[in-house]
Amino acid sequence: MHIAVCIKQVPDTRNVRIDPDTHTLVRQGVESIINPFDLFAVEAALRIKDDTDARVTALTMGPPQAEEALRETLSRGVDEAVLLSDRAFAGSDTWATSTTLAAAVSKLADVDLVICGKQAVDGDTAQVGPEMATLLDIPYATLVRSIEWTSGGDLKVTRQTDEGIEIWRLPLPSLITVLKEVGEPRMPSLRHKMRAKKAQIPVWGADDLGLSPDSVGLCGSYTQVVRVFSPPRRSDRVFIEGSVEEQAEALYRYLKEAKVPGI
Amino acid sequence: MKAIVDRKKCTVCGVCSDACPMGAITVGETRIDISDDCTLCGICVDTCEFGALSLPEVGTGPEEDLGLYSGVWVCAEWRDGSVHRVSHELLSAGRMLADKRSAPLCAVLLGSGLEENLSRELITFGADVVYVVDRPELARFTDEAYANVLVELIRTRKPEILLAGATSTGRSFIPRVAASLRTGLTADCTELDISEDGHLLQTRPAFGGNVMATIICPNRRPQMATVRPRVMRPLVIAGHEGRIENVSVPDECLKSRVEVLEVIPEQDQTARLAEAEVIISGGRGLRKGENFALLQELAGLVGGAVGASRGAVEEGWISPSHQVGQTGRTVAPSLYMAVGIAGAIQHVVGMQGSKFIVAVNKDPQAPIFDVAGCGVVADLFEFLPAFIRKIRQERGETS
Amino acid sequence: MDYFLTEEQKMIQDLAAQIMREKIRPVRAQLDEQEEFPWDIMKILAQSDLFGLYIPEAYGGMGGGILDNCLAIEKLAEGCIGIATSFAASGLGAYPVLLYGSEAVKQAYLPDIASGKRLAAFGLTESGAGSDVSGIQTTAVRDGDHYILNGTKQWITNGGEAEIYSILAITDRSKGPRGASFFVVEKGDPGFSFGKKEKKLGIRASATRELVFQDCRIPADRLIGREGMGFIIAMKTFDKSRPGIGALGVGLAQGALDIAVEYARKRVQFGKPIIAFQAIQHKLADMATKTEAARALIYSASRYMDTEPPDASKVAAMCKVFAGDVAMEVATEAVQVLGGYGYMQDYPVEKMMRDAKILQIYEGTNEIQRNIIGQELNKEYARLKDSFF
Repeated sequence: MHIAVCIKQVPDTRNVRIDPDTHTLVRQGVESIINPFDLFAVEAALRIKDDTDARVTALTMGPPQAEEALRETLSRGVDEAVLLSDRAFAGSDTWATSTTLAAAVSKLADVDLVICGKQAVDGDTAQVGPEMATLLDIPYATLVRSIEWTSGGDLKVTRQTDEGIEIWRLPLPSLITVLKEVGEPRMPSLRHKMRAKKAQIPVWGADDLGLSPDSVGLCGSYTQVVRVFSPPRRSDRVFIEGSVEEQAEALYRYLKEAKVPGI
Repeated sequence: MKAIVDRKKCTVCGVCSDACPMGAITVGETRIDISDDCTLCGICVDTCEFGALSLPEVGTGPEEDLGLYSGVWVCAEWRDGSVHRVSHELLSAGRMLADKRSAPLCAVLLGSGLEENLSRELITFGADVVYVVDRPELARFTDEAYANVLVELIRTRKPEILLAGATSTGRSFIPRVAASLRTGLTADCTELDISEDGHLLQTRPAFGGNVMATIICPNRRPQMATVRPRVMRPLVIAGHEGRIENVSVPDECLKSRVEVLEVIPEQDQTARLAEAEVIISGGRGLRKGENFALLQELAGLVGGAVGASRGAVEEGWISPSHQVGQTGRTVAPSLYMAVGIAGAIQHVVGMQGSKFIVAVNKDPQAPIFDVAGCGVVADLFEFLPAFIRKIRQERGETS
Repeated sequence: MDYFLTEEQKMIQDLAAQIMREKIRPVRAQLDEQEEFPWDIMKILAQSDLFGLYIPEAYGGMGGGILDNCLAIEKLAEGCIGIATSFAASGLGAYPVLLYGSEAVKQAYLPDIASGKRLAAFGLTESGAGSDVSGIQTTAVRDGDHYILNGTKQWITNGGEAEIYSILAITDRSKGPRGASFFVVEKGDPGFSFGKKEKKLGIRASATRELVFQDCRIPADRLIGREGMGFIIAMKTFDKSRPGIGALGVGLAQGALDIAVEYARKRVQFGKPIIAFQAIQHKLADMATKTEAARALIYSASRYMDTEPPDASKVAAMCKVFAGDVAMEVATEAVQVLGGYGYMQDYPVEKMMRDAKILQIYEGTNEIQRNIIGQELNKEYARLKDSFF
């Protein structure tokens, strides 16, 4: 079985902040990390590999330094990695990203299962997985928390929805997006780290994927950003001071005036 | 591809250079230059007060006459025989958009065994037309069947705008709809409006909520957006009239390669985070699982639910169904009280849409105070009992 | 300081450091308080290929040397030496087999130890034989195809948790220094049981138990090397393992130093961070200098030891005595720098101080180490022809 895992390198959003004076994004010293949900996707793929003779290939679309993220996955046991990188990919919305990733999965040719993380923590859209599956014309299931197999070799997944749990059967090839419940990501191993260091990671651009320039990047996107602004600062912030009793009194008044239900 | 400078408008003031997160703009004597490091994020466009910066246009996609598209649609959701409240909220938002576009507002209801009162309910929130597709194959949600049916309706009736709830269902199948139609989709919008030239302005948080971005889909239709529950305000329109149209779709649309084997509703109803108007939430500052009893007492007094940060859940102090945050639930109650929660961004994105946010923490530097409208710097073990006493006292109860 | 390590050695450090930060630090206080053996972390170390660093590739190891092992031990020790000791002690238990076992014995045990599938332990100490190893009373009597062991070992690290035990027993008292032998005893062997788990001052995550042999019957091929080699095997094992104890000391000292400096920079008294005061600067300076000196000694000595030098015992003893004393000094000073906070269990330094003490006691007390060095100096200088006067 061949499993493709899609990962994204994202800024560590814990450290992204707005400069209070210029209202602009301060990104000095912000590290790039593998999107946390994608680490779960890698772990899910590796757990299948632990039990079967599956091969796992990691893919990412990004600038050249996204290669570090791919090596990180190799150091945990992923077999191969491919970097999709091309200036033409800049400015991609989720549609253009999905187009590019789907083309790469098609080029890998014998992929039985695509695993993505639920969403990227910088975009939070959760769109790329479903859009890729639609482009590849394969069935998919989102919000997967555990993976099993039917006796016939189909996927049997448990999904976590707003209302509870659902159990779905999907034939291969298919795509799933996963949650943290699929398993705690394993640490790298020394042997895999050494292999990762030496591994050759091919770089595929738009031409390699057979994608015309107007189908990728900004030209291939249907949505675009027209404005970026910092959220209006709460001008009505109050700090309640005083002794504990005074604070309790003041908070009560504040909530009562605001007509908050229950108070 | 990089941002475009209109040299006639550019004053070489350099503000854009400071704003650029990639450091791609250099300021020379007589001109600014943008390097290949530009990622087309668009931040510089907004900072330029002279309007000298812009981004290249997005693609146009397959040839089509956009003028054929008209109408604002809302994809309504139902659960266990009743309409999901996000549908009310979307219809109210949609009503405003439809009025601005002088177009009808239509609701789409997909399912099985749909009673007429569901459609009537959608009409009271502003729908002029309710398209109902009632087929046994739609009794249980599957991405393929629901998406294919909606795509079929959209292809035949051509709405200009489609809104859907960013529920686990919506976030799952709406991207398939957008991809099938080769159109743009913006997720989790917090504001929707119509621009001067008639585009849908879709505003949403970016970078984990630290900045807001406004997005358009200029060249494709329908313009699609999802909205999380409890972000828009639902408004009943008294006496509103509308019609119900039962729509038949080809059997092809209803096929699904996926089989739903079992649906198990959430057993642990104690969380009830989605419906709660008040949530009292605890974090690692509580130090022990037993201390959640304090929050439960307060929640009980005000008819609220108890929430928790990821830290508290990981310590095993409370079940995961109470977790609020990026890997937990997103909530937007009228009052969110964060007790002993530091306020890491992963928690904040799950509750920043709440109407009133109160934070109780003994560390005045805790980031939670940046998002709270009201901050109480105090030892929660002293403050909460005092606050509970105050409430009881006001109600004339003895403690 | 840059010690010009190889790429692979830096990988070992990075991996061990990652495990320390993500897996050890979050749980160390709890494991210490509950006296709970760190099985989860042992599994992670196994999966990360760290158990077999010093074991040859032919037996499933990474084929590295003492330095590679010390690099891993040091980083883990920055987190908790209770956990790091559990890891390192498996190496101690493996060395007799590795150094003197027959091919069959090596094949039987080293692969599982290298993969971390089974932990090992070293059983030498008894109630009447601590520093005086020759005082051991455990006997091993040949009976046809078997040996029968009788006796009790005391204070054995990994006792009860490990499955493979290297045990020193008397095979022929009349032969004096050639009267003892090493055997592999496995958990589950008939007549082999464990005493209660000891309650200790420090390294409470590490399991310390008595090993009880009551007519414990083992196959004769469990003999390591030849009869009578026991004391030699013990000494050679310590030569290999003592730099590792030194690495535990360096790691603990570094961990304590890091906390002390961070605290001194944040704690404001008399209007300044306390690091602005010379009294604190001098303490931190001494702590940092000693830690670096200990590290430099361990790294150089480890490289040197892999060349099988004639003065291995002296060098190994120097590693152990110096780093152990440094760890105790640095940890104690760290508590002092943190003042009242240092005394509280909310902060990690009190545990480090409690933990550090064992480094001066086990694997040969620091007094014995000094004896060894003194005696080696005597022998070395006896061979010199020149006079220094």
